[in-house]
Amino acid sequence: MKLFGERPVNAGDAAFRLIALVFGLMVVGLLLVIILQLTSGAWIAITTFGLGFLVESTWDPVAREFGALPLIYGTVVSSLLALLFAVPVSVGAAVYLSEYAPDWLRTPVSFLVELLAAIPSIVYGLWGVFVMVPIVRSYIEVWLQERLGFLPLFQGPPYGLGMLAAGLILAIMILPIITAVSRDVMRAVPDTQREAMLALGATKWEVISRAVIPYARSGIVGATILGLGRALGETMAVTMVIGNRSEITGSLFGLAQTMASAIANEFTEATYDLYTSSLIELALVLLGVTVLLNAIARLLVWRVGGGPVGGRRE
Amino acid sequence: MRSFISQSRGFNYWRRKATNTVMSGVMILSALLTVGLLFAILGYIMLQGVSALSLDFLTQLPKPVGEPGGGMANAIVGTMVLVAIASGIALPVGILAGVYLSEFGRNRLGTAIHFVTDVLTGIPSIAVGIFAYALIVLPMRSFSAIAGGVALAIIMIPIVTRTTEEMLLLVPGSLREASLALGIPEWRMILRVVVPTAGAGITTGVMLAIARAAGETAPLLFTALGNRYWHTDLWHPIAALPLQIFTYAIAPYEDWHAQAWAGALVLVALVLLLSVAARIVGRERYIR
Repeated sequence: MKLFGERPVNAGDAAFRLIALVFGLMVVGLLLVIILQLTSGAWIAITTFGLGFLVESTWDPVAREFGALPLIYGTVVSSLLALLFAVPVSVGAAVYLSEYAPDWLRTPVSFLVELLAAIPSIVYGLWGVFVMVPIVRSYIEVWLQERLGFLPLFQGPPYGLGMLAAGLILAIMILPIITAVSRDVMRAVPDTQREAMLALGATKWEVISRAVIPYARSGIVGATILGLGRALGETMAVTMVIGNRSEITGSLFGLAQTMASAIANEFTEATYDLYTSSLIELALVLLGVTVLLNAIARLLVWRVGGGPVGGRRE
Repeated sequence: MRSFISQSRGFNYWRRKATNTVMSGVMILSALLTVGLLFAILGYIMLQGVSALSLDFLTQLPKPVGEPGGGMANAIVGTMVLVAIASGIALPVGILAGVYLSEFGRNRLGTAIHFVTDVLTGIPSIAVGIFAYALIVLPMRSFSAIAGGVALAIIMIPIVTRTTEEMLLLVPGSLREASLALGIPEWRMILRVVVPTAGAGITTGVMLAIARAAGETAPLLFTALGNRYWHTDLWHPIAALPLQIFTYAIAPYEDWHAQAWAGALVLVALVLLLSVAARIVGRERYIR
């Protein structure tokens, strides 16, 4: 901040500036150190399996075979399932908050949505195991099997635990972030866009579907990707409801395992270096994917808002 | 656009009107569903937790399997210790990094740091746990409260940094100019005028970060590990409320499940209190 052209350089200023810079750089350094540390921990697995780690489908610690495909499958399918359930609801809720809600309702409802984001994941897991899983087992899966049981997606015994339960709990957990960020980007759509549509005689829905949503589209996509990043890395709740079996069943009722849940379940039991190293490689892959997704999402969201926007708890 | 002008009250008009009504209903339902889920979850925790909550729960150590009673006092204290360690690391780093971003970061480097901070908020907490394990647990050859605190600190730092930055940017330029005009150096202006002015906002960020850290489980699995007794010192395993809830929830004992609900109630109450308090403290700063 230069207000007076030539001010005598103050030693304190220079020192303070340097200290602040060091701490600023520390944050960046932290990410680098995490990546380096995980890479070095995963090195044995990386050199032993190479790229085969990502495409081999046997995860068998007893046989010392580590192919992460079943875990990648579990992670990707449960997260996509979560997006499938969560995106329509959260975009709907965001549209409500941004376009419909009267002022006196907007603040409290937004606040409640943020509270939903503040609930710890272990609590979602607890609720998932004791409330949601029984409902999934006795109602949802039975219902799906009766009507759509001929599809391979809905075959197998209805355990309650499994891919479907994981998708549902993840959907609930990523609702708030997608809602909050989408609401923010929709609020950033200039009113002139809305007014132009209204002046043409459009209904409220036409304003939303043809002016607001298209304008905010890349921001909503960004919000979705942020949600996806959350879902991919989510550990506790998923570990508690997915059933933890490393196989690819192709059915939504099947027990599965995600990368994060495999780490949570097996890390303390990993008895030899290659095993530990393989689990660390899982963490590294997960980290790489989420960092990439977050970077893309931020760029998309910035593009709409003309700067950083987002929910309070990102 | 084609149809807006041509027929004013024909079939098209009613179709558009009907679509509008239906879609409005869908939006309202989505919002209701989201808020409803919150109440469903909170309500159930209240219901289950209150019946299992007692003075013993808050003051006693866990009893061995099969013995009724006991509590999670060690875990509640453990969580506080872990959060204190984490705050001790994360607050100075986060706040100073935030100062850098807001006061000196209006350039390419600042933008880059800002971006990395945002990315850092989204990294999986389990990966942070493994990092802290490799960084501290392996070299020290023991699971420890310190390792758990470091893991939680890494989760808190980006949150504190970003809120500090946002709050400092809200401090009006006139305040800065007035203090510079009185002849104090820039660093004293920042420390004595800018930061205190944004104090309430920064406190909000800190409380939100603490709320987040207090509820994390995954980073503690391989660092703090958990402990059924009081912790002896910071270089040994320590109990934490989320860890204890996890252990109790996946165990096959009915009374442990009840205790897990009580634990969840305490944890949720703690986290929500912090979130609401943060909101109240930061209220005036949020008007943008």
